[in-house]
Amino acid sequence: MDFLNAIVLFSNFVIVPGLAYGSQLALGALGVTLVYGILRFSNFAHGEIMSFGAMIAILVMWAFQGAGISIAPLPTVLLALPFAIVATVFIVLGVDRVVFRYYRVKRSPPLILLIASTGVMFLFNGVIRFVIGPTDQRVDDGARFILRVRDFREATGLSEGLAIKTSQVISLGAAVLCVAGLFWFLNKTRTGKSMRAYSDNEDLALLSGVNPDRVVMFAWILAGSLAVVAGTLYGLDKIYKPFTYLQLLLPIFAAAIVGGVGNPVGAIVGGFVIAFSEVTLTYAYKKFLGYLLPSDWAPEGLAQLLGTDYKFAVSFMILVVVLLVRPTGIFAGRTL
Amino acid sequence: MKNTLAIALAAATGLTASAAVAEDIKIGVFLGFTGPIESIVANMAPGAEMAIKEVNDSGKLLGGATVEAVRADTTCIDSAVATAAAERLITADGVKAIVGGDCSGVTTAALQNVAKPNGVVMISPSATSPALSTIEDDGLFFRTAPSDARQGVIVADILKENDISTVAITYTNNDYGKGLADAIATNFTEQGGTVTINAPHEDGKGDYTAEVGALAAAGGELLVVAGYVDQGGRGIVQASIDTGAFDRFYFPDGMVGPSLVANHGADLDGSLGANPGTDSPGAATYSEMATAAGFESGPFSPESYDSAALIMLAMQAAGSAESADLKDKVMEVANAPGEKIFPGELAKALDIIAAGGDVDYVGASAVELIGPGESAGNYRQVTYEGGQEVVVGYR
Repeated sequence: MDFLNAIVLFSNFVIVPGLAYGSQLALGALGVTLVYGILRFSNFAHGEIMSFGAMIAILVMWAFQGAGISIAPLPTVLLALPFAIVATVFIVLGVDRVVFRYYRVKRSPPLILLIASTGVMFLFNGVIRFVIGPTDQRVDDGARFILRVRDFREATGLSEGLAIKTSQVISLGAAVLCVAGLFWFLNKTRTGKSMRAYSDNEDLALLSGVNPDRVVMFAWILAGSLAVVAGTLYGLDKIYKPFTYLQLLLPIFAAAIVGGVGNPVGAIVGGFVIAFSEVTLTYAYKKFLGYLLPSDWAPEGLAQLLGTDYKFAVSFMILVVVLLVRPTGIFAGRTL
Repeated sequence: MKNTLAIALAAATGLTASAAVAEDIKIGVFLGFTGPIESIVANMAPGAEMAIKEVNDSGKLLGGATVEAVRADTTCIDSAVATAAAERLITADGVKAIVGGDCSGVTTAALQNVAKPNGVVMISPSATSPALSTIEDDGLFFRTAPSDARQGVIVADILKENDISTVAITYTNNDYGKGLADAIATNFTEQGGTVTINAPHEDGKGDYTAEVGALAAAGGELLVVAGYVDQGGRGIVQASIDTGAFDRFYFPDGMVGPSLVANHGADLDGSLGANPGTDSPGAATYSEMATAAGFESGPFSPESYDSAALIMLAMQAAGSAESADLKDKVMEVANAPGEKIFPGELAKALDIIAAGGDVDYVGASAVELIGPGESAGNYRQVTYEGGQEVVVGYR
């Protein structure tokens, strides 16, 4: 019984939130890695593109709610997602047209593009502040829980409870769908193959007749769509706070680099590595160990490795260690 | 004999001065219009401005001077922005006195960096940090809110009466949160209770599952959330309910607000809380006046009205709108002896003072200033039932 309680406790506070957070990071990191693989620069605006996409999704969601359209028990924002994706992709393509293309044609070094992307980040940040304001917005409607703590306790008779939020399951499901779709696209379609070729060796791909504008356009379409999905899911799961996406940039880049920048498999693995490192290193194991160990061995203190305030420091530490020990990341990156 | 002479003198100076300053007097309304308590401030600022309007309508302040309220944003959390805003109020707008600030950290910063060097009186309706009781203020700082040292005692009493013996405490990581959490922990431990954990949380995060995980590991019958209702405090409560870590809470003053019930509804059932408030007749009158003026009397709203009223009554008593003169009169108009003054009776108070009489301002929050010029503290104890906030009593 104690063993089961320990498992349930651990699932409730570590495994379930970690899986949802990991999926959201993985989707974000995939976008970063795609842009890096094709356009060869680190896109610092990615966090704000996520926020922007989520904002559009919320605006469309309000329109649906106002019109009384819902897909209960699923959250209405899912219905708004396609509209947000289309709108955001158009905006992102527009930004590429007026900002990034100029530097690409001039063959500027990646650092210039990185700094340009920082400018784009501030621009988006300002637009978001203008349109939806800096306050929190609740996104979750419909059935918030698939499994409630109280119901779980009553059904199993355990003293610990397990909660599974609808948004957590949706996050994981959406991540699986997006990843499967992306891999199918990259490996099976002609455009996907030409993207991989372009990423592998730009000159050779151009010689073989690959249209660079088309490749770049598809890279932005994919990165933009992934950003909208990741941003909306994060807002759905936690709360939509426009400025938390800036804080998300660090774990997302850490995830992409840990997995190997430019490598989609690496981005997914990296997302979960970062998410679980953050959660497991800052979790207080007192109660968990109390269930597992004999009662006189149970720890007095919280048995917490790091305070929860150090959550972002964890991704930073991992980033530094990976760059020192294995700069290419877990899966040697740089190609799609 | 000496007394009557003093009064006659004050009246005489009052008369001469009033002729000179029958002009526009500006008072700063220095509150967090944006930031973690913006939903509370939405009902505080109109309170202060209602008192100002009442005085203007009477036309009796300093022989017919009109008062203008100038708003400025403290942001509640950003001391640099608050200092700049206070600077603007005093140097650019030329306010004579300030109602505010709201949160303890920004209030301390604005007082020390701007108000004290410029000699401007600040009367805060809601800064509750115990540290403000002992701050060097040159007699310029007052508050119609009680110190959290007092709230610590109240919280410990309420918890004990509800047979709670172990609690976990989490506080917003700033002067207010830390001061309050320590006051609660000290008093609760003295009464024989156990505090399993006293941990800070940062405002402005998207996700508080990790913080709640640590609190849950420490355990406790109830979680004391010494945070802000529109900020981290809400995230903590939401994550606790979602993960089933805690199902009962204690809410101090920063958490008892209209958005609490709106956000969490029936999940709060069985929780406890208290915020400054009183059942004195003034509170009821004030509530009606607020409704008539188109806003609601919420947390710290009566205190805001009282802060503004005290400033203007002290001006009348001093016969001058200057902070240097009125600062010595605040305690005098706020406390006995004298005719008791309730909300809506500011015109009467101005008359009495002008005639050389003495007033005891009671106002909307039963003002009684003690020690270094802070409210003795009246609290309104609430509980949550059926998704509603229910008042159980006053202490």
